[in-house]
Amino acid sequence: MLVVDQISKHLPTFSLSEVTFKVSHADYLMLLGPSGSGKSLLLQIISGLVKPDSGWLLFDGNDITYAPAGNRNLGILFQDLALFPHLNVFDNIAFSLKVKKQSGSIVRQTVNELAAQFSISHLLKQNVASLSGGEKQRVALARTLASKPSILLLDEPLSAVDAQLHLDIMGMLRRINRHGTTIIHVTHNYEEAISLASRVGVLNQGQLLQVGDPVEVFQNPRSEFVAKFTGAKNFLRVKGLSATSNGLVYAELPTGKTVAFYADTIFPHGFVCFPEDGVVLSTQVENQSALNVFRGHIIDIFAQRFGYEVVIDCGFKISALITRESLEKLNISAGIEIFAAVKANAVRFIPEI
Amino acid sequence: MIKQGVNNFSTFHLVLTLLGAFILLFIVAPLLGMIIDTPFKTFIATATDSQVLKSIWLSIWVAMATSLLFAIPAIPLAYVLARYNFPLKNLINGIIDLPVVIPHSVVGIALLGFIAGDGLLGKTFEAFGVKLLGTPFAIALAMAFVSLPFLINSARDGFLQVPERLEQAALVLGASPFQVFFTISLPLAWRNIVTGLVMMFARGMSEFGAVVIIAYHPMVASVMIYDRFTAFGLKYAQPAALLFLSVSLVVFISLRFFSQKR
Repeated sequence: MLVVDQISKHLPTFSLSEVTFKVSHADYLMLLGPSGSGKSLLLQIISGLVKPDSGWLLFDGNDITYAPAGNRNLGILFQDLALFPHLNVFDNIAFSLKVKKQSGSIVRQTVNELAAQFSISHLLKQNVASLSGGEKQRVALARTLASKPSILLLDEPLSAVDAQLHLDIMGMLRRINRHGTTIIHVTHNYEEAISLASRVGVLNQGQLLQVGDPVEVFQNPRSEFVAKFTGAKNFLRVKGLSATSNGLVYAELPTGKTVAFYADTIFPHGFVCFPEDGVVLSTQVENQSALNVFRGHIIDIFAQRFGYEVVIDCGFKISALITRESLEKLNISAGIEIFAAVKANAVRFIPEI
Repeated sequence: MIKQGVNNFSTFHLVLTLLGAFILLFIVAPLLGMIIDTPFKTFIATATDSQVLKSIWLSIWVAMATSLLFAIPAIPLAYVLARYNFPLKNLINGIIDLPVVIPHSVVGIALLGFIAGDGLLGKTFEAFGVKLLGTPFAIALAMAFVSLPFLINSARDGFLQVPERLEQAALVLGASPFQVFFTISLPLAWRNIVTGLVMMFARGMSEFGAVVIIAYHPMVASVMIYDRFTAFGLKYAQPAALLFLSVSLVVFISLRFFSQKR
């Protein structure tokens, strides 16, 4: 387990203040934040490239706050990959083994295994400059994994790749994580976080605002920044997707109810989300044309900057944003029964990879 | 000078071409004149004169040894200047460029005071019974003083071109700072370092002003040519000068050729 305890770092233009969190073995922690939030600096501190001003880093009970970068048993994948341009693919992957003076046969065996795992065996003798973007990603991942790190740090690994490659790499990261490697992944893309994370943390201006289970963080943002950054508050786990011929997909919500939406690709698990202002409330069920109508009880109504937010319990929580006029017209208050309608094309599906 | 075909020819390009040609002619003409002025027979006689050959060889090997020996502390210094920020860094950069602007006779005088019997370095060596004055070692010091900026500046530019990110990646992959330097930084800056070494060698081999003050004997080629000129005149110095020029060019061109092939 990695414990990050009250880590602070003050730079002339930027500070990281008292960041604290824990990462258990085989966790997939996503640190989510806009650019300039301190995500990359935090990774550099964890990896040992930057020393913190104060705070501690504990790994399996050992203090590694000031341990040299190479002795932490961590791997880091930089956004720009940082492949060594003067070494070929084989020597790039073999780098960590060679600096640790491993025997030639172990080096060859490890590199060949990794190359097979990442489908780059045919590239081993090539110069890294001649590789495509996807091949470079694979080589960089293989190089990082060659030293068998117990924690893999990823600095926006998906931000510079095209959509197809995106899925490919997400799949690879998921497999690496399933094999027991703990992953800390920083990103500004919240869909990536939803797809991969077992836990998420939201960083802004050098402060860790919230850490926890993704569904919990997205559904119950503890600050306005988290709510705005993650977008939709209506965020539900789904399973058992089934597609119909017209592109409409039905999936099962945790309560057993069905939700309908459009999606290009079918995955066994995932999440649906829809905006609060996309929920239409009504006290009667008849006049609803939307495919998704959820029946529930109002648990809370509170004022927002523009109108009111109505929180409804349908076995799961839904938030709706309505105007003051609507609120008066509907004449609703906490406790009464309500129907929340959501159009199928307002629902976005995010696969869990 | 030809850009995007012949249609772009203009008065401007004509002026550029003429001015450029003037500079090239200015460099090449005196050298060509020396070749034309030297009868072939005299040239051959000089090329077999053992005193001439000895001094040219002395120039070459001392300059080469100086470059290689001083590279050991100079390359790490270049790395420090490229990688770290510290107080007085600009002052240090200025000090490194100093030898380029100091008159070389001044360098010779300063060094002489340093290595003579009553100088700091001279005293130290004399305590062990070693006289520095008039030795190849003294010549090497003079050569190094005037030529070090070429190596340091070129190597520093080379290290600056190596992304720091690559060194960070190597560190996290378990390399020690020494391993990072030798497996990442040095190989990636290698081309600039070799260019710097060649320039340092060429500059050291051609040095006259500082060397002549520190060591008239044993004579390096430039001192030997000057010696012949003052003792016997232009006609006698020309063949030796031409021979030294030819040897310098051959060595310089082949070093550049091999360093760029890498």
